[in-house]
Amino acid sequence: MLLYFLRRAASAISVIFATLVASYALFLLAPTDPVGTICGPKCTPDRAADISAALHLEDPALQQIGVYLKGIVAGREYEIGGTVRECDAPCLGYSFALGRPVTELIADALPVTLSIVLGGAVVYFSVGVLVGTLAARHRGTTLDRVAVGSSLTINSVPYFIVVLLVALYATNVVLPAAQYTSLLENPLAWASGLLAAWITLGLTNAASYTRYSRASMIESLGQDYVRTARSKGISERRVVYRHGVRAGLTPVVTIVGLDIAYQLTNTLFTESIFGLPGLGRLTLNAFNTYDLPVLLGSVLVGSTVLVTMNLIIDILYTFLDPRVRLA
Amino acid sequence: MDQTTQEAQTDFRGRRPRVPGEEAYLEVTDLQVRFPTADGVVQAVDGLTYSLPLGRTLAIVGESGSGKSVSSMAVMGLHDRKSTFMSGSIKIGGREIIGMSEQELNTVRGVEAAMIFQDPQSSMHPYFTVGDQIMESYRQHNKVSKKAAKTRAVEMLDRVGIPNPQRRVDQYPHEFSGGMRQRAMIAMALVNDPKLLIADEPTTALDVTVQAQILDLIADLQRDFGSAVVFITHDLGVVAEIADDILVMYAGNAVEHGPVEKILGTPLHPYAWGLLESIPAVSGTPGPLHPIPGAPPSLLAMPSGCAFHPRCEFRERVPGDMCRTLRPELIARTADTGRASRCHLKDPDRVFETEVLPRLP
Amino acid sequence: MTPSVKGVRKVEGAPLLELDDVKMHFSIKGDGLLSRGAKKVQAVDGVSFTLKEGETLGLVGESGCGKSTTARLITRLLEPTGGQIRFQGVDIAHMKERQLRPYRREIQLIFQDPYSSLNPRHTVGTIIGTALRTHDMVPKTGELKRVQELLEMVGLNPEHYNRYPHEFSGGQRQRIGIARALAARPKVIVADEPVSALDVSIQAQVMNLLENLRSELGIAFVFIAHDLGVVRHFCDRVAVMYLGRVVEEGGRDALYQQPHHPYTQALLSAVPDIGVVRGVPPKTRIRLQGDVPSPVDPPSGCRFRTRCWKAQDICATQDPALFDTAPTLHTACHFAEPPAESIVAAVN
Repeated sequence: MLLYFLRRAASAISVIFATLVASYALFLLAPTDPVGTICGPKCTPDRAADISAALHLEDPALQQIGVYLKGIVAGREYEIGGTVRECDAPCLGYSFALGRPVTELIADALPVTLSIVLGGAVVYFSVGVLVGTLAARHRGTTLDRVAVGSSLTINSVPYFIVVLLVALYATNVVLPAAQYTSLLENPLAWASGLLAAWITLGLTNAASYTRYSRASMIESLGQDYVRTARSKGISERRVVYRHGVRAGLTPVVTIVGLDIAYQLTNTLFTESIFGLPGLGRLTLNAFNTYDLPVLLGSVLVGSTVLVTMNLIIDILYTFLDPRVRLA
Repeated sequence: MDQTTQEAQTDFRGRRPRVPGEEAYLEVTDLQVRFPTADGVVQAVDGLTYSLPLGRTLAIVGESGSGKSVSSMAVMGLHDRKSTFMSGSIKIGGREIIGMSEQELNTVRGVEAAMIFQDPQSSMHPYFTVGDQIMESYRQHNKVSKKAAKTRAVEMLDRVGIPNPQRRVDQYPHEFSGGMRQRAMIAMALVNDPKLLIADEPTTALDVTVQAQILDLIADLQRDFGSAVVFITHDLGVVAEIADDILVMYAGNAVEHGPVEKILGTPLHPYAWGLLESIPAVSGTPGPLHPIPGAPPSLLAMPSGCAFHPRCEFRERVPGDMCRTLRPELIARTADTGRASRCHLKDPDRVFETEVLPRLP
Repeated sequence: MTPSVKGVRKVEGAPLLELDDVKMHFSIKGDGLLSRGAKKVQAVDGVSFTLKEGETLGLVGESGCGKSTTARLITRLLEPTGGQIRFQGVDIAHMKERQLRPYRREIQLIFQDPYSSLNPRHTVGTIIGTALRTHDMVPKTGELKRVQELLEMVGLNPEHYNRYPHEFSGGQRQRIGIARALAARPKVIVADEPVSALDVSIQAQVMNLLENLRSELGIAFVFIAHDLGVVRHFCDRVAVMYLGRVVEEGGRDALYQQPHHPYTQALLSAVPDIGVVRGVPPKTRIRLQGDVPSPVDPPSGCRFRTRCWKAQDICATQDPALFDTAPTLHTACHFAEPPAESIVAAVN
């Protein structure tokens, strides 16, 4: 069991490492002009020289990556315009455009994105599963038809249009204005500022989850072991919510895990339109200003998030389904 | 002399005989089960009637689509109410099942009547331990602590012959072999000492040596618990091993009913003859098989008259096209009133003796 | 004698099909770094038998005994990890696909499940026609005629060639599978549980069909089934398998009436027999304890010893080989002996 986890963790780390090398090569080693790009239109020769030195761009490729890796593990220093900037471990680089270490920028943005995505996940998972299960239990009734119908309708509208509509019509009218306050600072403000984002992300995804869980529950309720449970004389409620849900929701949990990972790296629309300073917006801005160090940092964080979520799902699965234990 | 003492202790199969109860514990009367579908109404069971006292095993025999499983699911109230039409009467211990509320049904299912299924692999929940599943059934019907329920589960596993029950009780079904899983299913069904046990093809998915173990176990448990057992199967060999009575079903109804040695020894219905002539035996002289021609009818469009007439080689013997026009009743066909069959033939016992028996291996 | 088919070299006097110490060990993915490839499932471990022209050999045994794997080895859907499979004297065990083609034609397979072994999107005509074309059996113009001939041969309406598999019943679908196998005019048909998915009355129809085809076309059969009655009915010779090995092999009557291997005796005594109601005395029941051990880690010596009531020390150390125990009967057991009287009485 432990060996299994260690092996999975080792393979996760190697995937992240491969991503690191590949993206580093793509951004900073490619025969483009990284210094010029980072330095921007108002570049001076001095600044260009600073950047080149700070990034060790003159060194051999392997050594550059080595320096970058060492920075992640032990931190490093950047010398810019004669002053030394500390970049503590895990140092993911330094944004010359924003004048701050990338780690700091991401550390500011990540809680915002996490709050949006996890809060949204709570909404769509609970709504989707509840409606899906009800629809499965009452298959063929009006309730089922309404659930499936509205789910399809919601899913046929492009996501950015939903976000726009909520931002334009619902915030300030029905919902409080979107803004980010730290959870630790003021939990109430945190929740009310993110409510609009949660509802938007939550409802659109709840539509898909309604159909996943409905299909999965219908399958599960048709299984022989559900018939066995009924033959034992336990109540229908217990049959559905203990025997059916346990088996029906296991595959849905996998999808949630992957969706969360995907959304953590794809909250562009939600963040931009609601004006929330999360990872998506940071990346988008970096993209607009050619801030290569920030882009590299977000790619790394993104891939780490994806790989970690996959690992978590795998581990979770061994707890949910006894048959995959030991693997 | 030796012969008689032998007979007093064991029946013709070498099993100890059981003492059946007087009154019927399970009574099925004119049961109809219909499923409306897009193609029309599926008439799965069409006027089935039988009764079974405590302490006796009834084998319901038939091919797929004969209604043997559907009728037994109906006894347990397991059909989805919304998509099933049922009429007639099913009484378990005097209580009417048809029309009973779901809540009331749950005071019968698992306590008065329990069921074991064909495939122990898919019939046990893969995510709960075997012990959990047995305990759930016990605690549903008995106000006992978890600990007491677990003790009971271990006791039951031990009773059905699972070695190391203390350890096995915490394992998951996938950690059991096929035969062990079926034993665990039986333990689960019997945990509340039900008076009626319905076994739906319980050995079909098992290997023959394991099947023999499970048949022994069921026969053994039945003697100890004195329960009524409905044993559904398509295998006449299994029937010969385990049953006291047989009900042969064809196209949703009983065509022959009576004690096992009579029905398998001298059957009176052409369908039963056909079945016997279709089975290659492991004993006797191997000879050619005489299969029943054609295939069972569609349940969407039953033949008129006798449902078996399109496949029956003896229909010409009945005058006046009766087989096609008039459905025969399930009645005693000979002087022997302990058995009944559904056929218009005037002298089925003579036809069997002179024409069918010589063809059997 | 049919003329030799192009590409198939015929060695005179050799039996049609010979299996010689055939092994199939599947590697199971170990725990990676530490135990990769260490574990092997010994699905088939040293199986030998011969099949003469027109003969039927039954393979019986319980699940996991390797009978279906053997079927897939003979038809070379699997490549054995050891031993030889000789067709008319030529070893086809490790042939490449291109060399194998003419042999594929000669050895056809019928599957257990008539539902999943036919492509639901193709008409019956296409399914059988494809088999004809694959093996260049008839010119394009004669294809339909041949398809209809084959349908008629297996007892289906020749006009139904343009119907789809779902329009047929289970028994009829199995007939389609048989017609497809016959399309190649094979010398050997390997039938893997061909009737076990069918109802009793339909099963007998298909058995009779197979028997007619055998006697009319002289096709040899390797007939795999778990139903001992079915095998007894259809086969000239029977091999009993246990955990990847043949433990007893012999002529049908010798094996069913005088089995010398304890496993065969137990197997036969476990078959519920309808004969008891007609006065056949009840059999002495031999009840095997427990289950078949895992083929990953089979017992040393005789593989049956863990469930055998006769087992002694020698059984754990020495692997018994097949030897002659009675006329036409070969048994792999250190303590092979004729069955107790009561078993003989019951089966005769």
